[in-house]
Amino acid sequence: MDHAALISDLGTFLREDQLLTSAEDCSVYAFDGTALLHQRPACVALPESREEVAQLLALCNQRGVPVVPRGSGTGLAGGSVPSQGGVALCLVRLNQILELDAANLVMVVQPGVLTQQIADAAQAAGLFYPPDPGSIKISTIGGNVANNSGGLRGLKYGVTRDYVMGLEVVLADGQVLETGNKCVKDVAGFTLKDLFIGSEGMLGVITKIALKLVPAPASKKTLLGLYDEMTQAAATVSAIIAHKIIPCTLEFLDRTTIECVEAHANIGLPTDCEAVLLMEVDGHPAQVAEQAAQIEAIARSVRLADSEEEAQQLAAARRTAFSALARLAPTVVLEDVTVPRSELAAMVAYVQEVGQRHQVRVGTFGHFGDGNLHPTFLCDERDAGEMARVEKAMAEVFAHAVELGGTITGEHGVGLAKKPYLPGQLGPVGLEILKRVKTAFDPKGILNRGNMFD
Amino acid sequence: MSDDGLNLLQDLDYSVLQQCMHCGMCLPTCPTYDATLHERSSPRGRIAMMRAIADGELEASTTFAEEMYFCLGCLACQTACPAGVDYAALFENARAEVERQGLLDGAVRNFVRRWVLGWLFAKQTRLRAVARLLRTFQRSGLQTLARRSGLLKLLPFGLGDLEPLAPQISPRFTDQLYRRDLQQSNPPTPRYRVALLAGCVQDISFAEVNADTICVLQHNDCQVLLPEAQACCGSLHAHNGAVEQAQQQARLNIDAFDAENLDAIVVNAGGCGLHCKHYDRLLADDSAYAERAAAWSAKVKDVHELLADIGLRQPRAAMPTQQVAYHESCHLKHGQRVSTAPQEVLQAVPNLELVPLAEADWCCGSAGIYNITQPELSMQLLDRKMAHVCATGATAVATGNTGCAIQLQYGVRRAQAAVAVVHPVSLLAVAYRAEN
Repeated sequence: MDHAALISDLGTFLREDQLLTSAEDCSVYAFDGTALLHQRPACVALPESREEVAQLLALCNQRGVPVVPRGSGTGLAGGSVPSQGGVALCLVRLNQILELDAANLVMVVQPGVLTQQIADAAQAAGLFYPPDPGSIKISTIGGNVANNSGGLRGLKYGVTRDYVMGLEVVLADGQVLETGNKCVKDVAGFTLKDLFIGSEGMLGVITKIALKLVPAPASKKTLLGLYDEMTQAAATVSAIIAHKIIPCTLEFLDRTTIECVEAHANIGLPTDCEAVLLMEVDGHPAQVAEQAAQIEAIARSVRLADSEEEAQQLAAARRTAFSALARLAPTVVLEDVTVPRSELAAMVAYVQEVGQRHQVRVGTFGHFGDGNLHPTFLCDERDAGEMARVEKAMAEVFAHAVELGGTITGEHGVGLAKKPYLPGQLGPVGLEILKRVKTAFDPKGILNRGNMFD
Repeated sequence: MSDDGLNLLQDLDYSVLQQCMHCGMCLPTCPTYDATLHERSSPRGRIAMMRAIADGELEASTTFAEEMYFCLGCLACQTACPAGVDYAALFENARAEVERQGLLDGAVRNFVRRWVLGWLFAKQTRLRAVARLLRTFQRSGLQTLARRSGLLKLLPFGLGDLEPLAPQISPRFTDQLYRRDLQQSNPPTPRYRVALLAGCVQDISFAEVNADTICVLQHNDCQVLLPEAQACCGSLHAHNGAVEQAQQQARLNIDAFDAENLDAIVVNAGGCGLHCKHYDRLLADDSAYAERAAAWSAKVKDVHELLADIGLRQPRAAMPTQQVAYHESCHLKHGQRVSTAPQEVLQAVPNLELVPLAEADWCCGSAGIYNITQPELSMQLLDRKMAHVCATGATAVATGNTGCAIQLQYGVRRAQAAVAVVHPVSLLAVAYRAEN
């Protein structure tokens, strides 16, 4: 591939600070938030308009150059790792909130806006954008949509998909597609926007997003449950759901994770128990008070956060769990298998057993309410023997999750990291249909080539 | 260079680099990433470059070198990092490697480095001698004349542009104030015996802050010593890749202070304090000093930290009401993790209202000599800071670091704002003095 000619062509419409070609720049865009995966692009493009995105894609499509879109590069499955020798298409400069339409409860944004900025803008208008992935402070909304990101509030409020009303997408050949709108009801044709949600940048490049907002809950309360065994935590969760209470957050951390999070956040988390449940109920003040009281009665050894500040600290600390585990080992391999809620305690126990059997350290945390757990393997990439054991342990965890009626990934995506396990999850028919959809949108296969499947 | 022929980055304990698992949590806290949205100007990107160099996948180039000096070294990333990456160590090491390889060498730069780092700041007597000349210039009317006439523009290397950044030189330096006014004031039966690090620029430009620090400590049962042979702490050297000179400064101070017989070595500048707390690391391989350096570092306390530890005495004087904003020095907040103590000091001042300052812990652009080496971004950060300061309506902005104080004073002049720049301890000293 002739990089010089490509770069020269891109240089006709991108300024020097929008088109990065040095070895240093290519090396720092060679990875995302996933361990172990590095592929150096030929250049990095930072477009500032839809037109620039369209021009770039038309050019790359014509030349057959692979393009991988990315935002802040916080992906956890390697879905935003560039193709070797391709273009890393970084969308962080498309970072404007275009409209906050309170009458229709819609916010229209560009893909490079940080999720936190969306949450803050909604809050300032007395509204609420619920999806809150762990990396909310730095993840971009474009990345959230492309990965259908979840977060801590999935149980009650759902995931990113539930808040996307419309998209503007630049297709592989540079054409612009608009799909969806501000209407709650719209059945004109196939719901194409749904295809782009979770498409991992393989079907098009999202350049505008209309997001649904909801009224902000008037009140919330945060509770912390402490347990000597994970099964007790699981029993508590089952009992809460059995009482017809749907908390907005039901997070758990195991002992290893609690210790790391406390070492970072230093907020007085108890480090002498096997499991912690972080629970939050929100809504009308009367309902919140009643539900909090019920949970206090159901869940043993529970304490209520003393203040809004403490509640925020707890939630913020939980969000750092993955990164905080890096204190224990040079390499942290994070997974996000998901099982039906009723199987979660069994799955956590299985992960611990697998870890012991393969002699790998594992810290586990995640979203108890929606069955999404994050087994995190603590290892050292320079130890080939250990990495081989991690591979084996992971494969068993994935297989078991599927056996229990679950999925190999709940919210991080398939990317490069879980690509080998996708056929086992989808079966031949499912995989074949994915490939046909891909070909329909991107016949030359330039978008995120090699991601998810070959 | 290390004995085994590796560069300093290869020589570094690889696990320190590996500790970064590139999650990106640091990005929104990094002022240079915020300004450019370029990954290479983020902590994660800088560490990735260091690692690629350590792995032999990337050459240490001029681009790398320039990026290392584009970093403010504010350490906001350290506060944000859940994985506990020691960015300060990586950053100092990388700059040292840049200097070792001479990646940014040039006649002017080398000349300035040799004379400023190697000569001027090596001995406090030299800095004072130069400061006296500068004081004469500032007070004789020559400064006004030079500014009006445009003569400053004729100075080589853009030195004329730097002149307004220079702080006012104090009428008397710390030791004179201490000798003449304060030595008699040590409490007769002190509970603590502490020594003050007077600093280099602090000593010649903010001598009153040192006097105020001594006053406050004395009002809190401390006998305060001012060791005579002390020198610049060496943070200026360490942050600019001059490791051997930094080590030499550390040895001078370790010799000057009788750490063993002190309860604390008190530092009132956030940047200096952070560096002094790391003398142990700086001299870890020096068999003659390693142990003493560890003992020294263990005794170093930021003045606010010490006051919080020993339980600050509330001043009894009636004071006029005042509204004060607190700007967090990066090295105090992110480096030393001292954030609430200075605010407690301010709140101890009778009738002082501490008003919230937006982005209080976002770098002001001082960052050591960043306002000289990277004036453009430095001024952007300063303007952003001053806009927030002015929005508070406070009559004073307090900060616990010399570099920030100089920068904010310049910001006040630039913005023509009616805001005083003060050290928290100075406000407290006023309250104690008003008791008599």
